[in-house]
Amino acid sequence: MKDKTSDSRLVFENVSHSFGEVAVVKDMDLTVISGEVVVLVGPSGCGKTTILNLLSGYIEPVSGTIQREGIIRTVYQSDGLFPWLTVSENISLGLRSLKNASHHKKEMDDLIELIHLEGFENHYPHQLSGGMRQRVELARVLAGDSDILLMDEPFSALDYQTRLRMRRELIRLLEKRPRTVVFVTHDIEEAAQLADRVLVLSSRPATIRRELIIKAPRPRDLTDRAVIEAMKEILTELGL
Amino acid sequence: MKKNNNIKPPGSEISANPEKAISNNFRKSRYPRFGLPTLVLFGILLIWFIISYTNLFPAYALPSPGAVWKSFLEEIMAGRLINDIIASLWRVAVGFVLSAALGIPTGLWLGQHLRARQAFVPMLNFFRFLSPLAWIPFAILWFHIGDKPAIFLIFMATFFPLAMATMAGVATIPSIFFRVARDYNYKGFELLSKVTFPAVLPQVITALRVSYGISWVVIVAAEMVGCQDGLGYGIWEARNGLRLDSAVCYMIIIGLLGMGIDRLLAQLTKLPTVRWGYER
Repeated sequence: MKDKTSDSRLVFENVSHSFGEVAVVKDMDLTVISGEVVVLVGPSGCGKTTILNLLSGYIEPVSGTIQREGIIRTVYQSDGLFPWLTVSENISLGLRSLKNASHHKKEMDDLIELIHLEGFENHYPHQLSGGMRQRVELARVLAGDSDILLMDEPFSALDYQTRLRMRRELIRLLEKRPRTVVFVTHDIEEAAQLADRVLVLSSRPATIRRELIIKAPRPRDLTDRAVIEAMKEILTELGL
Repeated sequence: MKKNNNIKPPGSEISANPEKAISNNFRKSRYPRFGLPTLVLFGILLIWFIISYTNLFPAYALPSPGAVWKSFLEEIMAGRLINDIIASLWRVAVGFVLSAALGIPTGLWLGQHLRARQAFVPMLNFFRFLSPLAWIPFAILWFHIGDKPAIFLIFMATFFPLAMATMAGVATIPSIFFRVARDYNYKGFELLSKVTFPAVLPQVITALRVSYGISWVVIVAAEMVGCQDGLGYGIWEARNGLRLDSAVCYMIIIGLLGMGIDRLLAQLTKLPTVRWGYER
């Protein structure tokens, strides 16, 4: 188990990317420092997911450089769990570097307890609710030696109330196991409740239009002053 | 009373009479599953019996149920039927295992390599549409008489559909699985065995059932020409002796065995690691 986010870092320097003729990201500079929660918001189709793919190294940019330090893992919107593995087998994907069997067992028990899924270790993903599945995904990325979590609209496939609960859950988990987080969403509430720093993106090609730092401590209620003010600013920036 | 039942909506009856409701429930759960097919079976037997009893067709053209039953007992007593069943099952098993052992890995490999697909798929398609029976002359010239030509024909009949189905399965694996695999450093053989293979397994099991069906059909034709025993040979010999009662008896055995083994293969779909593939 790792409880420091020592040297993780993500840096974009003048990054541009395009698919054929379509420019998706343009001249982007971005530095994500250790332990920070950065949320990217933008209109749909603006290239948020492309930015995550660039950050994870799944695609390489057409121009510019990207520095990645630390082990990066991604939480996907849905169906990121292997359906042929049980809950505990899926989580142990994150513990592959842990060779010692007793450490492995202890860490697994910790993680199951952390996401409150005791008794579901041997269930398969299709036997769980959407919220439970996303909690398993969170446990998997938090397992072992990960440093940076990339989240690609991880709660957007869930119903509203479950989504609210999952935000709290994420805050609680990050308190126990701090990580550097880059979170992509179209949900303005989510951004205001979770972020240390919100980056509002323009429509395609994506550029950073506005940087908004939220200092209020987490967990933040939806009705907190800081949250409402942040939401107002994001909405204005998006022209809504 | 019966007429009334037909007119009334089924629900009204249930609320009016609790005893009836229970018998209705019984109907719903067990009766259709086992009762209906039994009913159809008896219906067909009855029609068969009536046709042969009234001599609608001459006895040599359509044997009666009684004659078939008699020849069944005869074949059992002579030990021939059991011998033929074992011979056919053995050939199907060997041919089928060979083609699965080569076809599934071939499909996995093709599914993962675009260039290989471009190179081989047209040829695979060509052979897929070539009836396995077209290979009979070669089977006999190359392998003479015995188990080998039949096994060869079953292999030729099932290898191509199995490889193609596995390949198609690999092509439809959601890309998210490979992205997750990449996040957790799965590479090379481990990627193939721990991600690609389990991801296509539900489709591979379906393909296995389909191609098992093909091989059970092909074995009959193969044994008619290349063998001295087996269920297909039994039918051929019955024809030569104008013993259609024996031929029908063999046909029934072939159908029942085919169904039975398919039920066995269907059990594979109940494995916990593939359940997900059938429950969406």
